[in-house]
Amino acid sequence: MLARRIIPCLDCDLGVPGGRVVKGIEFKQIRYAGVPWELAGQYYEDGADEIVFLDITASHERRETMTSVIKKTSRSVFVPLAVGGGINSVEQAREVFNAGADKITVNTSALKRPELISEISNRYGNQAVVLAIDAKRRYTFEEGRRMVETEQGPCWFECSFYGGRQFTGIDAIAWASKAVSLGAGEILLTSMDRDGTYDGFDIPLTNAVAKRVKVPVIASGGCASPQHMLEVFKKTDASAALAASIFHFGEWNIRNVKTYLKERGVNVRK
Amino acid sequence: MIAIVNNGMGNLFSIYNALDYVGGNPRIVRDPEGLDGAEGIVVPGVGAFGSCMDRLCRFEGALESARDCGTPIFAICIGLQILFEESEESPAARGLGWIKGKVVKLPLSVMIPQMGWNSLSIRRPVEMLQGIEEGDMFYFVHSYYGQPVDKSLIVATTEHGVDVTAAIARDNLFATQFHPEKSGAKGLRILENFVRAIRC
Repeated sequence: MLARRIIPCLDCDLGVPGGRVVKGIEFKQIRYAGVPWELAGQYYEDGADEIVFLDITASHERRETMTSVIKKTSRSVFVPLAVGGGINSVEQAREVFNAGADKITVNTSALKRPELISEISNRYGNQAVVLAIDAKRRYTFEEGRRMVETEQGPCWFECSFYGGRQFTGIDAIAWASKAVSLGAGEILLTSMDRDGTYDGFDIPLTNAVAKRVKVPVIASGGCASPQHMLEVFKKTDASAALAASIFHFGEWNIRNVKTYLKERGVNVRK
Repeated sequence: MIAIVNNGMGNLFSIYNALDYVGGNPRIVRDPEGLDGAEGIVVPGVGAFGSCMDRLCRFEGALESARDCGTPIFAICIGLQILFEESEESPAARGLGWIKGKVVKLPLSVMIPQMGWNSLSIRRPVEMLQGIEEGDMFYFVHSYYGQPVDKSLIVATTEHGVDVTAAIARDNLFATQFHPEKSGAKGLRILENFVRAIRC
């Protein structure tokens, strides 16, 4: 049986030489966590099942910094590496794959031009394309929206792009299934309402998407404790849980989070 | 020197880096002549069965001579699948046919592709699995799996709806459906076993 994965996420500011890992709160306030390839190495040693690098500054020159970060990391980190941020062509995806990435994640570029998903998956396979969705709750009833029950009442989820700075009007659940039909092999689902809040994952959102698509869903946003990971694995079909702050700043490391989960019946890799 | 057969696409750096890390002296080889003098050969596989065969067919003769000379050969993922005669993925294509049997699709009841970490059941202990214990997890990404006629070739399986062939061994040939180069310390251990097999 497939194990539930624990994935640390490195939000990378590549505006400085070698880059630095930062973490925002509700997509705004920023804290510094360390050097990308060093943190990746540490998380690998701690038992990370995969590592996600997101270029939060995404611009052309900085992509070169990202490829050098990945090259350096892939020399001594032997778990899948996913890279995202500003990739908007097969050519750019190729640069990242050639640096040693196994998967690329797309968000804004795919919302603007959904065919990008097919272009990359036709070349590199569905397993290599992760669609990242940043979703925000909207408690307004609108025709055609996929409404989801929450403790605060029914809501739908709106996709945002440009790192949470702009909204698209697109229904996140509908977009997830469309992206899968175009060739996305995985969904990295971030709750904007929870990201950086330490309130735990958005269970109704994760459930709604995981039930809708047949590909793995990575729950993201709001994780501050192993209890939050336990909750998302017990209450939803999420294949993986992604977290940043808990590993960067918290008192928990990946190994003791996994021990906690295993003791409570979650199938995780040692 | 360990020759990594360049299948013309995808990411060979992972396997290169992993072999380098365990002291294997890898080299990426673009032509069949490059296999001359290789002490070990890695056949990675990316993409579909048919297109993988299309790109590998020019290596077929050189791979066969290496196999017959006793050179250790390690095939990974689609590399394992093309050892078979045929695959449901590409019905018009033929495989290398080194192993009698067929490559079939995973059952529709499970998530396809199988993507993630799954545990091994060891069916037959072999040198290549030294240091690997029952239940150790490895990273899989695939939609099809090999069914050899001779079941005794299967040295490890994993469960994904059905018992899936995870590793095959015969003489100097070893193949895994999972990616040892992406399977952390346990995957490195298998690659280390391969390097050791070459040295002795």
